[in-house]
Amino acid sequence: MRLASLVRLISLLLLVAFIAMPQAFAFAFEPLVTPGAPAIYNQGSLFSLTLQHLRTVCLATIASTILAVSLGIFVTRPSGGEFLPLSRSLVNIGQTFPPIAVLAIAVPLVGFGEKPTFIALFLYGLLPIFENTLTGLTQVPTQAMEAARGMGMNTWQRLSQVELPLAFPVILAGIRLSVIISLGTATIGSTVAAKGLGEVIIAGLQSNNIAFVLQGGLVVALLAVLIHDGLGLIERAAARKLGRFVDEVS
Amino acid sequence: MVPPRPALSLDHLGCVIAILIGVALFAAPFATYRATRIASGDSRLLIEALPIAMGAVVALVALTIAVGAALMRDPLGRLGSAVIGLAVLLPSLGLSAGYLTPADNTFARVSPSVGFWLLALSFSLLAIDALARMRLGPYGRIAALLVGLIALALLLFSGIWDDLSILKEYRTRSDTFWREARQHLFLAFGSMAAACAVGIPLGIAGHRLKTLRTALLQGLGIVQTIPSIALFGLLMAPLGAIAASVPLAAALGIKGIGAAPAFIALFLYALFPIVANTIAGLSQVPAAAVDAARGMGMSARQKLVQVEMPLAFPVILAGIRIVLVQNLGLATVAALIGGGGFGTFVFQGIGQTAIDLVLLGAIPTVILSFAASIVLDALVELAKGALA
Repeated sequence: MRLASLVRLISLLLLVAFIAMPQAFAFAFEPLVTPGAPAIYNQGSLFSLTLQHLRTVCLATIASTILAVSLGIFVTRPSGGEFLPLSRSLVNIGQTFPPIAVLAIAVPLVGFGEKPTFIALFLYGLLPIFENTLTGLTQVPTQAMEAARGMGMNTWQRLSQVELPLAFPVILAGIRLSVIISLGTATIGSTVAAKGLGEVIIAGLQSNNIAFVLQGGLVVALLAVLIHDGLGLIERAAARKLGRFVDEVS
Repeated sequence: MVPPRPALSLDHLGCVIAILIGVALFAAPFATYRATRIASGDSRLLIEALPIAMGAVVALVALTIAVGAALMRDPLGRLGSAVIGLAVLLPSLGLSAGYLTPADNTFARVSPSVGFWLLALSFSLLAIDALARMRLGPYGRIAALLVGLIALALLLFSGIWDDLSILKEYRTRSDTFWREARQHLFLAFGSMAAACAVGIPLGIAGHRLKTLRTALLQGLGIVQTIPSIALFGLLMAPLGAIAASVPLAAALGIKGIGAAPAFIALFLYALFPIVANTIAGLSQVPAAAVDAARGMGMSARQKLVQVEMPLAFPVILAGIRIVLVQNLGLATVAALIGGGGFGTFVFQGIGQTAIDLVLLGAIPTVILSFAASIVLDALVELAKGALA
């Protein structure tokens, strides 16, 4: 485990160093390019592209989390029960849509740029979070619910103090999945002119510059792996805290 | 079964669908007319988009279904009304295209607009809800899928949709369409087969050796988090180098761009679900079954082939389902690096802002992954049933 944390730390440092001063790494990419061609992406700063990429993913994930969790709560209440079978099927069907299709269909409706990317990230990000909210909320043990009712908690207290805390780790897992899918979709978003790291890869593909493709791919891949890891740590911490909480209650 | 309810109570889901139908009929255009394939579109309401009698029929049927959806909970009734709705709506789109296109004008394009999509969505939601409540068995679900696909084939081959823009896009490139279709299927199914051939033995080995198991699952898990386009990019450099230095590889068609990096990337993505599910499937084989096999004097090989693998099969099949649906979707991105597949039309369409071309690539992809998920879900259920 110690080795794993060391690898993580080194990759994080390398990533930050590369984004901050890519020119220092030019020597590693020079053998890949035809003489005279730039070895390091020169049509924009990697640092600002990374920030923009993360901003799009972050905003879209916040928006889909709010809507997906609310919807998940709604359909697991008695008043929303009539929507439950349909919403389960819709989540299954929705996940068979490739993200690129959502992205491409949004372009004619809202134009090129950030908007179609945001819409695709938002819609596609809803699915895993909604699915996990449903799983989390329907898996709350009936004893816990009955105990809460017996303690005289009202519906709102039961939801906020029992159901949501118990479902929290599962919902977090859904958010993590959604973030990872979004990081990938945001990269493809550069084909519809959204600012982001995909630009580096696309520019490399268009100008036949393998070095661009490789550095874009490396930055996106490292970013995804590190964020996936980081969110995993938070998730485990939440599950541990919950374990303590459940122990204290029982 | 269903608890008794007052005779006239409103169903919440039905009300939402009724509102959707209302919006679609009265507030949204039914079709879009373009003078040429990339000109900006003119919206046409339902009454303008169809001969008056036909438009009235569509509106009447949709309104009846809206009222029915709000009041009627019986799944069979819902399914029936949804099917009638689609049976009226889908052909009427083709009629609308013929009606709106001026005679002898080969440039004009008619595409479905928001109103049509909302009506189609409402009827489909009604049908999906009914099917979900009917809890069809595996054969029932495959049969429902077949009926849907046959209906679609009838609509396509009867010629009733021929004036629609998307089919005009198809006709101008029907050769390429089928070539890209074959390429798409080759990428998705070929990489899945390769992943099974490598992943299942790896999973069996991982089940036995704990150190290998951790390494496999962690390593492949990392690959799984790398976005597709980045992985394609990462593979291009080494493959390009191999092609440049090994003439045999280049002769076999291995290059930095094209199908090779796409195939390898899909293969790498596919390994994780296959290996993980093989390990999970084998580890849930009851110890009693393994002991009994040993007691019967089976060799290690016999035990694996005759006891463990058959018992693990449903779980492995569930892994194959994940891979297939994932591959059919990911194969669209392959077009970005010259790997072909339906993504070719999607990216061309984005480049030309021609939505019908985008749909020509996107709709077959969605239908393929949808059909694959239904068929494989049913097979997984059947395999589980066969064991029980």
